[in-house]
Amino acid sequence: MGYPQQSHPKETPVLSQYFGDAAARSLFVWKQRGGYAALEKALGMAPAEIVAEVKESGLRGRGGAGFPTGMKWSFMKPGDGKPHYLCVNADESEPGTFKDREIMRWTPHALIEGSAIASYAIGAETCYIYIRGEFTEPLRVMEAAVKEAYAAGIVGPNAMGTGKRIDVYVHKGAGAYICGEETALMNSLEGKRGNPRIKPPFPAVAGVFGKPTTINNVETLAAVPHVLNKGPAWYKAMSHSNPKSTGTKLFSVCGNIAKPGNYEVEMGFPFKDFLFDLCGGPLPGRRFKAIVPGGSSVPIQTVEEAEATLMDYEGFVAQGSMLGSGGVIVFDDAQCIVKHIARFARFYAHESCAQCTQCREGTAWCTRILERIERGHGTMEDLDTLLELSENMTGTTICVLSDSCAAPIVSGIQKFRAEFEAHITGKRCPLGATAAA
Amino acid sequence: MKVHEMGGIRAESDSSHAEPGSVPYVPVFAGAVKQELDALLPRYPQKAAALLPALWIVQRERGWVSDEAMTEVAQLLALTPAYVKGVVTFYTMYHQHPVGKYFIQVCTTSPCGACGAEKVVEAFLRHTRCGELGITSQDGRYTVIEVECLGACGFATPVMVNEEFIESVTPEKVPQLLSQLP
Ligand SMILES: Cc1cc2nc3c(=O)[nH]c(=O)nc-3n(C[C@H](O)[C@H](O)[C@H](O)COP(=O)(O)O)c2cc1C
Ligand code: SF4
Ligand code: FES
Repeated sequence: MGYPQQSHPKETPVLSQYFGDAAARSLFVWKQRGGYAALEKALGMAPAEIVAEVKESGLRGRGGAGFPTGMKWSFMKPGDGKPHYLCVNADESEPGTFKDREIMRWTPHALIEGSAIASYAIGAETCYIYIRGEFTEPLRVMEAAVKEAYAAGIVGPNAMGTGKRIDVYVHKGAGAYICGEETALMNSLEGKRGNPRIKPPFPAVAGVFGKPTTINNVETLAAVPHVLNKGPAWYKAMSHSNPKSTGTKLFSVCGNIAKPGNYEVEMGFPFKDFLFDLCGGPLPGRRFKAIVPGGSSVPIQTVEEAEATLMDYEGFVAQGSMLGSGGVIVFDDAQCIVKHIARFARFYAHESCAQCTQCREGTAWCTRILERIERGHGTMEDLDTLLELSENMTGTTICVLSDSCAAPIVSGIQKFRAEFEAHITGKRCPLGATAAA
Repeated sequence: MKVHEMGGIRAESDSSHAEPGSVPYVPVFAGAVKQELDALLPRYPQKAAALLPALWIVQRERGWVSDEAMTEVAQLLALTPAYVKGVVTFYTMYHQHPVGKYFIQVCTTSPCGACGAEKVVEAFLRHTRCGELGITSQDGRYTVIEVECLGACGFATPVMVNEEFIESVTPEKVPQLLSQLP
């Protein structure tokens, strides 16, 4: 169910089945609905068996990169004599994305169960759920659910009476988009500034506190109990286009659209039906102009590209973008593309951790140039400068925040060049929002 | 650059912003509050990992994180005050100056911007009489700032008033929202 919208018949509510239903937050009700059966099952299996099932399901990371989850878990070497850790990435700050928030608000025990299973599978006795500081309500709900799970002996020193230790702690962030980057999150958890680390070493070798660590997104982990309950074959069957993309995916939809909210569909669902049937299409009297389908870090799509897309990892790439975090941002014909790309650039300039010159300087320069164009003071050379800057910002830095700033700029100029040029030749925003002084 | 982007909030009207040293510093971590921090330490294999939680406790108790509080936290966690300051300044949610009784954060990132967030900011600045972002109102009640994506883009425009998260705020709803604050 795509809270706050009613479930649409074409949706496949697996993770979102209980969104909007506050009763599902309590352990009592959650267990009545089959909660923690998967954890019980998992604790009776060998860790390697769990990893094999998750591998077999085809589940891929929902945090943005789409890395196969089972393979990530298999990098954690059992019996190396070191403590292992699981970090749950609940920093959700990618503009356009608000799905992990709903998972935590409505189904906190789904995340705890998935996290406990993952902890056991990777040989970790400790799991930290790192939640962004602004998520005051999800923080409250998660804290309460963890407390309940401890009181019931589900987690703790003797998880479900099996003698295995699985500690789960909620850790509150303090405002920094970059802490969603996996190694920045680990630094932040250690009480440091949230600067991303140079890789290698990768987290599975030296992660948080220098120890082998797996980090997963909230949605990835919430899917794990379903995989164990219903089996990898069931999960794998939810795939309409490419067999490498399986299961359901939550898409958060926002911007200029009739019914914003979260929607859960099977991988490969047609984006056109999604936008028009599920989300109700454009606002009255408006037309869609541009769509950013995977959070602000992915290339912008034209409406034609979007309408031809099948919604999975490969499908978005085939139509000039990426699935990313699944945050669908829609702009209609009343919106100035230059203005919004400038605002995205300002976001990245604000959020750059400033370790890398290309990123620190590049995000700031791009912002200044884009804002100048938007005000009607730009030149045609500015467009070349932006493309050149973007090239220097791509593939050259410690993390991909820098690339993320460049993606909407490059795709925006490629796909909406006429709108940039109209600002420059007309010396004002053609939509009349900002006339040049 | 706007005031709130320069690492803090200016709050001339706030009388609690005393000169350092003019009033004896009362430690935050005593009694139950100290016990609260002590209970967090076993969660982490290194003491320093309790830094963000400790700073959150300071802000809850005092409303902001002063240099003296940073020094106190540094001593408790075996860190230097300069290190703690380095961490405090990295994160946007720790206040390095006192703020109004109601700290109002409005998201203006593109998705909310496309749904009219700028008008919501204007409405807050007008109705709180703050006039400017990051400046606390004369009566000390309000500070308004713009923030980046609050992770609730489908509920434009989301606004945080202290710990409360309010969805779907429009300029028209602002006066009533403010009048409901105690
Ligand atoms: C700048 C930046 C911000 C990110 N923010 C998030 C985030 O908020 N949440 C998230 O799950 N992943 C985020 N990621 C991706 C993580 O680095 C990481 O790939 C992910 O948490 C892995 O989990 P998964 O394999 O389950 O997707 C971000 C990456 C970058 C480069
Ligand atoms: S790319 Fe930007 S955000 Fe990432 S490490 Fe470098 S400076 Fe920091
Ligand atoms: S852009 Fe405003 S909450 Fe995400």
